[in-house]
Amino acid sequence: MSETAKEITPSQTVGPYFAYGLTPNGKYDWNDAFSNNLVTSDTSGERIRVEGRVFDGDGAPVLDCMLEIWQADAQGRFSDPQDKRALPNSSFRGFGRVGSDGNGGYAFDTIKPGVVPDPDGKPQAPHLVLAVFARGMLLHLYTRIYFDGEAANAADPVLALVPSDRRATLIATRKPGTGNAVYCLDIRLQGDNETVFFEV
Amino acid sequence: MTLNYPISSLTAHPPRLSPAYKSTVKRTPSKPLIIMRHTLSELTGPVYGHETVRENDNDLTLQCKGEPLGERIIVHGHVLDEDGRGVPNTLVELWQANACGRYIHVVDQHPAPLDPNFTGAGRTQSDAEGYYKFVTIKPGAYPWGNHHNAWRPAHIHFSVFGHSFISRLVTQMYFPGDPLFPFDPIFNSVTDEKARNRMISSFDLENTQPEWALAYRFNIVLRGRNATPMETK
Ligand SMILES: [Fe+3]
Repeated sequence: MSETAKEITPSQTVGPYFAYGLTPNGKYDWNDAFSNNLVTSDTSGERIRVEGRVFDGDGAPVLDCMLEIWQADAQGRFSDPQDKRALPNSSFRGFGRVGSDGNGGYAFDTIKPGVVPDPDGKPQAPHLVLAVFARGMLLHLYTRIYFDGEAANAADPVLALVPSDRRATLIATRKPGTGNAVYCLDIRLQGDNETVFFEV
Repeated sequence: MTLNYPISSLTAHPPRLSPAYKSTVKRTPSKPLIIMRHTLSELTGPVYGHETVRENDNDLTLQCKGEPLGERIIVHGHVLDEDGRGVPNTLVELWQANACGRYIHVVDQHPAPLDPNFTGAGRTQSDAEGYYKFVTIKPGAYPWGNHHNAWRPAHIHFSVFGHSFISRLVTQMYFPGDPLFPFDPIFNSVTDEKARNRMISSFDLENTQPEWALAYRFNIVLRGRNATPMETK
């Protein structure tokens, strides 16, 4: 490589027309590289669904956004060689992608992630990292999805950075019912109950 | 090796609220983002490669029964990090309008013809040096409803994964000398001229194929300065 150090390439919006390339999902004649179902037959852990809707500053559903999640497996390990603790034989990839539907809705079928340490080695509560891309967003937004009823939430170092009156925007609530747990979290890009987003 | 990512690198990006691009007004958080330390959740990322890419996924002129219409081009370059190191084996996805400026998308109602032999989507994996290459058709400009007589400069959308979930980048590649540059709020949302110019590919005569296709070079530079090993015990 003869390249010298450079500044990064600026971000641009994903625009309104990404579906053909990134989330064809059977609607377009192009093969999906990714889906919103992260579970493979040999994935261990508690199967869950995480679902919700995405709203803009007017409270209107966002029909053209793309959501991506990244998460640890049930043992708290990432499917990335940078995580030296990774399970060598796990087929769980930990990455999901979905485009919002005609109601601004999204859903991921996955497993409840395990505990991941923070840089000091202290445990973080189970969480998903979520990236939100859309027309009208020149740079995607990062947030996290935590789970209601986790005792570990109280000591989570990232939740602790969030003013207590806004923490609920990061915590998915469990729907009543039997069978696999369904957790709900709406994403509000702006306005009342605006979701907490992180600068990472 | 896990990299540390200073957030100062993010100043290259456009401000989220760029009112000339009207859709940003209701889709930008009104409260400041919360700065946090990067944990393993941010510093790791999905690894996808050759098993995700099929034959001809990087040649958009070979995906259909016939040849697409328009000007055949080669788009190639390196995926790099901020220190100029190639980013190896990373997935690069691309989507674009056809030569007439039309996307295969139900919402795109621009009265320009669709091309039955052009999908507008491709993907590839960078090699061990971070090099990638696509063969495609030069996209046309297209109108959009942002303001009176608004036209997007010709562009190709790129999506790149990189080393970690926070090096993820979605951007657009432009073509040199486009007369629409001064009028496009998305291109000009990047206020720094040098940064803006990094989104413009360069004409590449050396790799232009005689009697076949012009080449354009587009390097994509991701976050990743200050590489320091991180303890992941
Ligand atoms: Fe476009």
